[in-house]
Amino acid sequence: MSIDQQVNKVRIDPLSGVPTTGHEWDGIEELNTPLPRWWVWTFAATVVWSIAYCIVYPAWPLLHGATEGLLGWHSRTAVVQDIAALQETRAPILEKIKNAPIDTIEKNPELLLAARTVGRVAFLNNCAACHGAGAQGAKGYPNLNDDDWLWGGKLSDIRTTIEHGVRWDADKDTRSGTMPAFGRDGLLTPQQVSEVADWVRTMADLPDALAPEPAGEKLYNDNCAVCHGADGKGNQSVGAPNLFDAIWLYGSDKGAIVNRIMQGGGGVMPAWKGRLDDTTIKALTVYAHSLGGGQ
Amino acid sequence: MERLPLIPKRRTFGEISLTAIFVALAIATAFIATRAYTPAYAFHMALFSLGSVVAVAAINMRYQARPVDPPPLFIDGRPNYNYGPVKFASLASLLWGTAGFLVGLYLALELAFPALNFDLPWINFGRLRPLHTSAVIFAFGGNALIATSFYVMQRTSRARIAGELAPWFVVLGYNFFILIAGTGYLLGVTRSHEYAEPEWYAILWLVVVWVTYLLVYLFTLARRTEPHIYVANWFYLAFIVTIAILVLGNNTEIPISIFSPKSVVVWSGVQDAMIQWWYGHNAVGFFLTAGFLGIVYYFIPKRAERPIYSYRLSIVHFWALIFLYIWAGPHHLHYTALPDWAQTLGMVFSVVLWMPSWGGMINGLMTLSGAWDKLRTDPVLRMLVVSVAFYGMSTFEGPLMSVKAVNSLSHYTDWGIGHVHSGSLGWVAFVSFGALYCVIPWIWNRKLYSLKLVNWHFWISTIGIVFYISAMWVAGIMQGLMWRAYTPQGFLEYSFVETTEALHPEYLIRAAGGALFVVGMLIMLVNIYKTITTPRTEQVLEAIPAPAAAE
Repeated sequence: MSIDQQVNKVRIDPLSGVPTTGHEWDGIEELNTPLPRWWVWTFAATVVWSIAYCIVYPAWPLLHGATEGLLGWHSRTAVVQDIAALQETRAPILEKIKNAPIDTIEKNPELLLAARTVGRVAFLNNCAACHGAGAQGAKGYPNLNDDDWLWGGKLSDIRTTIEHGVRWDADKDTRSGTMPAFGRDGLLTPQQVSEVADWVRTMADLPDALAPEPAGEKLYNDNCAVCHGADGKGNQSVGAPNLFDAIWLYGSDKGAIVNRIMQGGGGVMPAWKGRLDDTTIKALTVYAHSLGGGQ
Repeated sequence: MERLPLIPKRRTFGEISLTAIFVALAIATAFIATRAYTPAYAFHMALFSLGSVVAVAAINMRYQARPVDPPPLFIDGRPNYNYGPVKFASLASLLWGTAGFLVGLYLALELAFPALNFDLPWINFGRLRPLHTSAVIFAFGGNALIATSFYVMQRTSRARIAGELAPWFVVLGYNFFILIAGTGYLLGVTRSHEYAEPEWYAILWLVVVWVTYLLVYLFTLARRTEPHIYVANWFYLAFIVTIAILVLGNNTEIPISIFSPKSVVVWSGVQDAMIQWWYGHNAVGFFLTAGFLGIVYYFIPKRAERPIYSYRLSIVHFWALIFLYIWAGPHHLHYTALPDWAQTLGMVFSVVLWMPSWGGMINGLMTLSGAWDKLRTDPVLRMLVVSVAFYGMSTFEGPLMSVKAVNSLSHYTDWGIGHVHSGSLGWVAFVSFGALYCVIPWIWNRKLYSLKLVNWHFWISTIGIVFYISAMWVAGIMQGLMWRAYTPQGFLEYSFVETTEALHPEYLIRAAGGALFVVGMLIMLVNIYKTITTPRTEQVLEAIPAPAAAE
């Protein structure tokens, strides 16, 4: 189709009074409406703004580096400044905690408030994933609000646990002490595991405990008492829990207890020394200690 | 009595060569399957092998069934349009869309109730999420684009689509790619690049399919009987060409072995991140914007029976959009290791992009001038127009969020999710629904079963979208503010756990919005099913221009 024919097909759209371009595809025509003025000006304004922004801020890549911008702003320096300002804000409270001996903090209400402020934030961002936002724990993760401690509830104990973790192989000072897998490794037969479990449940005075076989007591004394104690009160130096209280980390039904005896092992907690600074660990220690069960 | 053919029936060059290629592929992939390093890869190679065997059989059956001569390009002076691949892709779009929306709904519920992953690896959030994004973007959106582009390019070129097997290869090959990609996600095969998860072998296949798509498009345009190329085709072409470049750029990777699904990407560190978001942002720009603007430029004037508002605007905003979009990717990497100059450029190009994006909205909306009354009576047109309104909203929100000060609040929060969904549900899905409500009755030569059901679909889905995006705005802004809240002593006011707890109500509202959107989709499925299965009442010649909304 020649251009002449095209031009001939140009018509005025009766509704808008605007001419068409003379093109037509499958019944679709186009109006020759000029660009909306506001559109053109807004477009131009964004272009002008962008050029100005590129002059003021780092923008144009060069062979080595890029233009610096009139303001001299740089994201790395901005971060450094922000962090420095934050450290300055934090300094008074951190200084107080840093300078106070750990066992004096709880006696001084002002220091305690400071340590709990710092400790709470550190706890929520690092510990809550396992121990829960309220430190209430979960199955396999100890509750930190009660006075039942696997590795000791004194300030020094808690601090050691936080710094070196539990069964955390990367830290040579970690809390170690692993229950053997009595069933899996064949130290006890399944029958014997069942008998020990019944004995433990009786000693713990669980309401639905079965009358124990006498063999259970002997098996307990031969295999378990070395860590959990003849009286079942546990041993914090090896992380052996008190079996005869009402707190069960993995559950108190027989299946759960049998499973623990079969599989052995225990929970793992990372070592936080090096990941958190000493002042934060100190505050965290006081925070955990002050939750309700500190000794 | 059958007349003896004068020329004996012969296999075409295309039939012979494609058969040979598929035979070779079947053997090669079967061999690889026996030596594959992982079961998932063996499964995929077996699928390739099986697919190739089916392709060989299909080509042969098609040969047996077809007449001696190739289909004529014109019948009685009218183009003999080929709607078969359009039909397949438009139905595939609906089915993949339904699946993708359902997975999205399940993900929304998993976020509100994490226990719903039932500790099963295949349905945990990390694997389902790419399944959802790929199903809705590439499967639903991609099939809608292929269907409409094959339709629009034929109609506006007044020419039958180029090739007989090639268009089918594009449609079926593309859907096979989706099958490989989707099952791969569930089985844990992933490149861990957002929106670019499929591994090297799936991408290799996609590239072959995509180049064929481009060739079909170009050859069809070359045989057009119209003097000019219609603007919708510019947008479709920009989409096809740029996606090819993006996929090749972001998949510059070396497979560990031909027997392994794993590959190693050539770029590392911040270069990898930069290439990834150059790809990621332009997948939005050229897949989800340019392609769907092609739909707008054909279906809105067609449905409204009005001329395009401004030819000049269409030219200016097309080239501005194409030129500017490609630079905007770095705004996804504000305040990261990306150099400051690149962040600045990403931001300013995004801001300048605002008006070029709005050019499409202006042309879409203003085309209705003189036909606004049709919005009351035609819910399909209403869907198309509302989609353009959502497009305008998201393309304002996008530049806004690319400004560094805003981004420092919005980035990594649910605001981003809200932004993406106002674009994907409001714009991409609605414009696809509108186009499919038009094109399916046209190509099946039926009247749409029920406009009333379209009306229900429109309102239920619109309310769903409003629930979704307003919940995500609130959630995102709250999340951003909680993350940056400090106590007077300089310590974080909230822990991360507390911020996720605070989001729970918004997550429930979002899931409710998603559920409404799914309900709308199911209504559409019923409507389309009824449309296709209702016997034709009046004979309409296929070649006459599609009946524009006479409802």
